[in-house]
Amino acid sequence: MMLIHCPHCGARDVTEFTYGGAGAARPADPAAADDPQWADYVYMRDNPRGLHDELWQHSAGCRRWIAVRRNTLTHDVIATARPGELPPR
Amino acid sequence: MNTQHHRLSQGGLIDRGQPLTFRFNGRKLQGYAGDTLASALIANGIHLVGRSFKYHRPRGIFSAGAEEPNALVQLETGARTEPNIRATQIELYDGLVATSQHCWPSVGTDLGAINNLLSRLLPAGFYYKTFMWPPSWWMKYEHWIRKMAGLGISPRKPDPDFYEHRHAHCDVLVAGGGPAGLGAALAAARAGARVILADEGFQPGGSLLHETAIIDNLPATDWLARTLAELSALPEVLILRRSTVCAYFDHNYLTVAETVSPAAAGMPRQRLWKIRARRVVLATGAIERPLVFADNDRPGIMLASAARIYVNRYGVRPGHRAVIFCNNDSAYLAALDLHRCGTHVAAIVDPRPFAGEEIAAQTRAAGIRMIHGHAVVRARGSRHIGAVEIMRCENGLATGPVERVDCDLLCVSGGWSPVVHLFSQSKGRLHYDENLTAFVPAVSAQAEQSAGAARGVYGLAHCISDGYAAGSRAAASCGLNPPAALARLTVHQPAVGSILPLWKVEAEHTRRAKSFIDLQNDVTTADVALAAREGYVSVEHLKRYTTLGMGTDQGKISNINGLAILADINAAQIPEVGTTTFRPPYTPVTLGTLAGTEIGAHFDPLRTSAIHAWHEQAGARFMNAGLWKRPRLYPLAGETEMQTINRETLAVRRTVGLVDVSTLGKIDIKGRDACTFLERVYINRWRNLAVGKTRYGVMLREDGMVFDDGTTTRIGDEHFLMTTTTANAVRVMSTLEYWLQVHWRELDVRLTSVTEQWAAMALAGPGSRQVLAAVASADVGDAALPYMAYLETDIAGCPARVFRISFSGELAYEINVPADCGAAVWTALLAAGQASGITPYGTEAMAVLRIEKGHVAGMELDGRTTADDLGLGKMLAADKDCIGKRSLTRPGLAAADRRQLVGLVAVDGRSPIPRGAQLVAGNNHRPAGPIMGHVTSTCYSPTLERPVALALLSGGRGRYGERLRALSPLAGANVEVEVTHHVFYDPEGKRLRG
Repeated sequence: MMLIHCPHCGARDVTEFTYGGAGAARPADPAAADDPQWADYVYMRDNPRGLHDELWQHSAGCRRWIAVRRNTLTHDVIATARPGELPPR
Repeated sequence: MNTQHHRLSQGGLIDRGQPLTFRFNGRKLQGYAGDTLASALIANGIHLVGRSFKYHRPRGIFSAGAEEPNALVQLETGARTEPNIRATQIELYDGLVATSQHCWPSVGTDLGAINNLLSRLLPAGFYYKTFMWPPSWWMKYEHWIRKMAGLGISPRKPDPDFYEHRHAHCDVLVAGGGPAGLGAALAAARAGARVILADEGFQPGGSLLHETAIIDNLPATDWLARTLAELSALPEVLILRRSTVCAYFDHNYLTVAETVSPAAAGMPRQRLWKIRARRVVLATGAIERPLVFADNDRPGIMLASAARIYVNRYGVRPGHRAVIFCNNDSAYLAALDLHRCGTHVAAIVDPRPFAGEEIAAQTRAAGIRMIHGHAVVRARGSRHIGAVEIMRCENGLATGPVERVDCDLLCVSGGWSPVVHLFSQSKGRLHYDENLTAFVPAVSAQAEQSAGAARGVYGLAHCISDGYAAGSRAAASCGLNPPAALARLTVHQPAVGSILPLWKVEAEHTRRAKSFIDLQNDVTTADVALAAREGYVSVEHLKRYTTLGMGTDQGKISNINGLAILADINAAQIPEVGTTTFRPPYTPVTLGTLAGTEIGAHFDPLRTSAIHAWHEQAGARFMNAGLWKRPRLYPLAGETEMQTINRETLAVRRTVGLVDVSTLGKIDIKGRDACTFLERVYINRWRNLAVGKTRYGVMLREDGMVFDDGTTTRIGDEHFLMTTTTANAVRVMSTLEYWLQVHWRELDVRLTSVTEQWAAMALAGPGSRQVLAAVASADVGDAALPYMAYLETDIAGCPARVFRISFSGELAYEINVPADCGAAVWTALLAAGQASGITPYGTEAMAVLRIEKGHVAGMELDGRTTADDLGLGKMLAADKDCIGKRSLTRPGLAAADRRQLVGLVAVDGRSPIPRGAQLVAGNNHRPAGPIMGHVTSTCYSPTLERPVALALLSGGRGRYGERLRALSPLAGANVEVEVTHHVFYDPEGKRLRG
């Protein structure tokens, strides 16, 4: 069972969290985005073997959404932060 | 009367002063405290304990531990019975009752043994190959195959015992209480670490319990006692006995199954520990491998280490005349131990040209015959071994003359396999060590280290000091100062060194006999060869095809032999073949232990509304809505469910009804930007919603599909109350938080889930205003509270929020009161409505009312429908963005043939329209594709007096009046339906505005 360090609460069992996927930056003006750009934002997500920046919600805790950098191969949690505030890789 | 004719007069860790009586297959027998069931059976001269899985061959006690493949028994009877329990791990107690499994009428005379004679007809993959055709017959085959298969019988009565879970944290968890584990625990504990030491046995100590070595001038068992005493005296050390570390999960989270002893009332039978450890030391030891030769499964054949354990630890004699067959030195210790206890060791058969110098000298001194360069090619005897056949052997091929040696015990040793199960579960990588002929831990994936025999380090002194070093390192990486170095141990134990790989023995004259690799699942060398011939070259495929290693023992003693033999057939190297995946649990864990206290009413959390007690008293029948219990209907005496639903529905249409809607999600939204937030979340407009007004809203997912719907009320300028569907309450809350916290952090909005803070009920029907007016302190007339308005008032002395909204299509009010007031307000409304015949109604009638009114619900919001599909397209505000709006411009979402919401009525006015039916053309006899749509919600409408349904139909809004077939092969129905508008009842909405 993974242990995730919530930036607000500390280390907690993964059962307190809900997975929220990779997340993606929303086009600033959706109406101006063309179909491929929009489809890219809505549907396309990388599924890397290795480091993956993803969003989790501490749903059974502080209810904050947090950013988690995780190794999908080893399940190591490398870093956690507020959304958008993970250090550069 | 003492029945223990095979008990030694002295020695062992049993208490001869404490005799215990037990029954095996009805026979009354005796053992001693400190025995296992297996050792007690051997003391009574019983080796034959069961029949094999496939061929029903007689099987005996093969090992003395967790790896036991054969001696599985049915323990106890009645509600407490347990199948497939390893006799080698059952701690004997007074009154124990055990029986053999998988034999009829008895273990001695078993009619199933005919399978052995028919074995040529039962090759690997027999079931797959034989029971394929005709495909529809599998159901029939399966019934009796299941009857034939399996070993023990599962209990048929409720479990009278209870189980519990415990969470624990520690600095260092040590798995295994043998020499290495004790060394590790000692080092970590001396450093001040919080240590948990878990050992599967009822006496910790592992091999120390049967070793004859002298450690620091103490017998091994005395050294063990001294070490345990030191550990027990330390306050931060917890020693768990009868506790198997059964699983190793991510981030050093391990589970330990503990059997609670002594069994006592008020105590759980077993306990599952869930332990998060900073460091883990795996001191799980090693398991001896058998050797593969013809008829190597006869009772009386056992691992050499097991024979040592029975002699030294339990003081029993497993045989009077023994032969040892081994390819390494360690089994020579068994010969010496057996010799010392008076068993005649007829020969040691060893394919190696010579044994280790020291051990060979001792063996020679004991006068034991050593036959080098030879192998046992076949065991003779049926219910018990009677002799062995010995031949010259090179690289597994036996040649030359056959020598027959009589014996009643054959001890085998094919080398040792480190117990790498937990290490592999932790995702560590294995390495094949040619010198040890074994897989050993190579690269760790988690904060753990293996120590002692678990990583291929053998010999008592080495294991203890290897464990001590591991414990020191573990403590150091927890930030503690490492303990003082271990004083140099003086251990008197002969060195055991070399090993010659020997995976199977083949001789010309034993070709047709069976050589077993997996004793529990009856997998032979011929099965593996057949699988390889048929192309199952991957070890994972081999496993599934032959069932090698798929028994309850998970192939603890058989897997390495199996994959080595596969490698041999494929002319591959063992590391290329690799191992199958090690999966938890290490040994079987009873389901009750895993369930713990989460059974029966505690299986799931239960959510009930504040009015639940009233519903129960009123005789409501409930349905599960997620975790909620909701009243489905309130039947009167003698009513059918249909009659109840019709009565409740018509009461709302004609007079007044009351329904509990507390389960709807309620989200309190506050902040300067609350309105802007709603504009972005919902497809429709919110800026122009006045304080004190309510509006229906639809929200989309970013892909343009409808996510949820509900009403939102403006309670104050910067204060809204949103309602969601019951099913989506949690998801909507989480999604709104996502948008606020991830994408729209500039917005000043606060969300609070208040679902459980408010009890909610809908008062619906033409008489509802009159009932409400009777209990509300405020004016609730049409002028003060028009359609889609909101006000706050007192009802029966409770503060209430009243929303004039309608799901039923009638004049209706939704009333929210603080949860504590729910029951009081509910009963006050019922009392006020008594004269007008107020009727409580459940979710069934609620569903009928909404279908008649054409409102969408979960069945229509299936994640594939757009607002336009549901006839709600006009709600979309043109001059603003919202979640999912951009996706609506995709051509596919505007296509003319999209499935649109329509109504259906049964043309004959009486045939029910089945839920989930497909809409096709054709006639009564021959429906014709393609499928054009499907039925989503269906009911009998007591208002229209005919079955009606909602459906999603391709291009549906242009097809009113068309006749189609609603086809449901599942329900066996083919109903002619007419397509209509989806609002069946009061399409102008006069009644709800009334």
